[in-house]
Amino acid sequence: MTDISQFQSRRDWLLSNQPASRLQARLGRAYMIWLSFSANRLALVGLAVILGLLLVALFAPWLAPRSPFVGDLANARLLPPGTDGYLLGTDSQGRDILSRLIHGSRLTLMVVVLVAIIAAPLGLLVGAVAGYAGGWIDAVLMRITDIFLAFPKLVLAMAFVAALGPGIENAVLAIAITSWPPYARMARAEAMGVRNSDYIAAVRLMGASPARIVIRHIMPMCLSSLIVRVTLDMAGIILTAAGLGFLGLGAQPPLPEWGAMIASGRLYILDQWWVATMPGIAIVIVSLGFNLLGDGLRDALDPREAGK
Amino acid sequence: MAVIDATEGSGRRRARFLKPLSGVLRFAVVILTTYLGLLAVTFFIGRVVPVDPVLAVLGDRAPASAIARVRAEMGLDLPLWQQFLLYLKQVLSGNLGNSVLTSRPVLEDVMRVFPATLELATFGTIVGTAIGIPLGVLAAVKRGSITDQVVRLIGLAGYSIPIFWLALLGLVLFYAKLHWVAFPGRIDVTYEYTFTPITGMLLFDALIQREWDVAWDVFRHIVLPGCLLGYFSLAYISRMTRSFMLNELGQEYIVAARAKGLSEQRIIWFHALRNAAVPLVTVVALSYAGLLEGSVLTETVFSWPGLGLYITNSLQNADMNAVLGGTIVIGSVFIALNLFSDFLYRTLDPRTRVK
Repeated sequence: MTDISQFQSRRDWLLSNQPASRLQARLGRAYMIWLSFSANRLALVGLAVILGLLLVALFAPWLAPRSPFVGDLANARLLPPGTDGYLLGTDSQGRDILSRLIHGSRLTLMVVVLVAIIAAPLGLLVGAVAGYAGGWIDAVLMRITDIFLAFPKLVLAMAFVAALGPGIENAVLAIAITSWPPYARMARAEAMGVRNSDYIAAVRLMGASPARIVIRHIMPMCLSSLIVRVTLDMAGIILTAAGLGFLGLGAQPPLPEWGAMIASGRLYILDQWWVATMPGIAIVIVSLGFNLLGDGLRDALDPREAGK
Repeated sequence: MAVIDATEGSGRRRARFLKPLSGVLRFAVVILTTYLGLLAVTFFIGRVVPVDPVLAVLGDRAPASAIARVRAEMGLDLPLWQQFLLYLKQVLSGNLGNSVLTSRPVLEDVMRVFPATLELATFGTIVGTAIGIPLGVLAAVKRGSITDQVVRLIGLAGYSIPIFWLALLGLVLFYAKLHWVAFPGRIDVTYEYTFTPITGMLLFDALIQREWDVAWDVFRHIVLPGCLLGYFSLAYISRMTRSFMLNELGQEYIVAARAKGLSEQRIIWFHALRNAAVPLVTVVALSYAGLLEGSVLTETVFSWPGLGLYITNSLQNADMNAVLGGTIVIGSVFIALNLFSDFLYRTLDPRTRVK
């Protein structure tokens, strides 16, 4: 009845207020979000930066002109940017900085994704359970959340890494442990909002267990705000990881982690400024990208929060 | 509220009398559990995570007798919960263990370096507040204008730039190239032994002792790291100020004030800002706490002899007692500021008093 040919254009089909199928409704909703998202030029810039990061990380071995680990100690130590064959110059071991940055994008992406994979579901689960169960379960879980929320993140992550030993996996773990509480808070608020709604009552009447209700029917409701929040937190995660790397607690040499690269360029900052400057620029671009993307997503997905 | 007072019965009044009490109780529970949580985490990090906690505390070059002594002191042969109680007892009596690096009690070390961090964070907060609030107000008043965009960009940059990197660049520019600021440390060697500090916050000490040349020297040391921290606090404060001000400027009392014919300046700075100030106090307190923590990286770059440098130095030397001691102190101050801002918010905003 409502196949596409009936509509003037694809746009009309997407924006139809009488969707004939679930797919049409979902695509229509996605299209609306995209419309309001793409109206925000800065958000598009952010999206482009993050897509760029993904592509660079994906194709790093093909994009990088040289090896990120093996340098030319004899002929290419501390060459300034623009030297023939070394676009961004070389570091103290004669390694091409551009190649190291390109390979480092994989580490940055890995940290961000791993932290998100660990922290977001954990926070989501804690918050959804607390919000749905209520009572003393809620009180205890939220007290724990607030306790973690009141901790200094970087210092705690440093202490964790000190105990576990330096390394990028431990840095990821340390950051994840300190970054789940905001997600729990948020998920709890959302869960409390839908807890008494009719559809939850209907599912319960059909005999769904509390676990099923929380996982299948409450947690999905929290997803859109969670995505926004996680995207906005990505920049902070990158900065914390870079900070740990800078202190020598994150990725260990010779891994081309951007924070650690800044630390190794610190010795040469007065005369060979580019060694420490280039990785910093990379960090700024990527975190700015995540911030812009997050802002745009927030405005598009959640108009209530816009401008805050 | 005065109207309510006059008309309510005595039962309601009694309930209101009890309310602050239950509030105090609730507050005590919050403080206690949060602090217990902090100690549980540091206990976990120090005693449970390392394969051999004694080795973590003493390092691997300690003699066997010392290892045996510390093992008994830490009660490692006891069940975990007894170990935790022992740990609590030690920490609460001010015993944070000895530092391997300085071979002094950690608490003593921390108390010696803490004023430096406090001074830096205070300087940063003052800079951030003094510039951030006007910027945020301006952005809110001229919403959507170029000014708004610029303020937003300044804020976004603050959320995206690694502080240690900006610090390095700042050193190159202002210290190496322009020679405007001094580096490294807090004070020049010529003054280090002739000047007697009182509080440990050197700028303050020099000013109250009217040692102008010392004050100037200290200022030249603190201005760059302080302003850098200030910038990051500015990013946060200006963003929040803008959002609070937009909220206030949309209220009806603003329309009423305009209708009365008040000048726009008066409405913005006296009427709207005063109401936005309540949540802003919370924001400033939180950003202060954030700077205490954020100073860890800044201190490392500037060789600023504060708590952050102490923790990083101890970390690099595997001095676990010192790391955890520093973490406890920063954590305590952080928690205190968090709770204080919460408390302040409740006290300053009359709407949160009576429900």
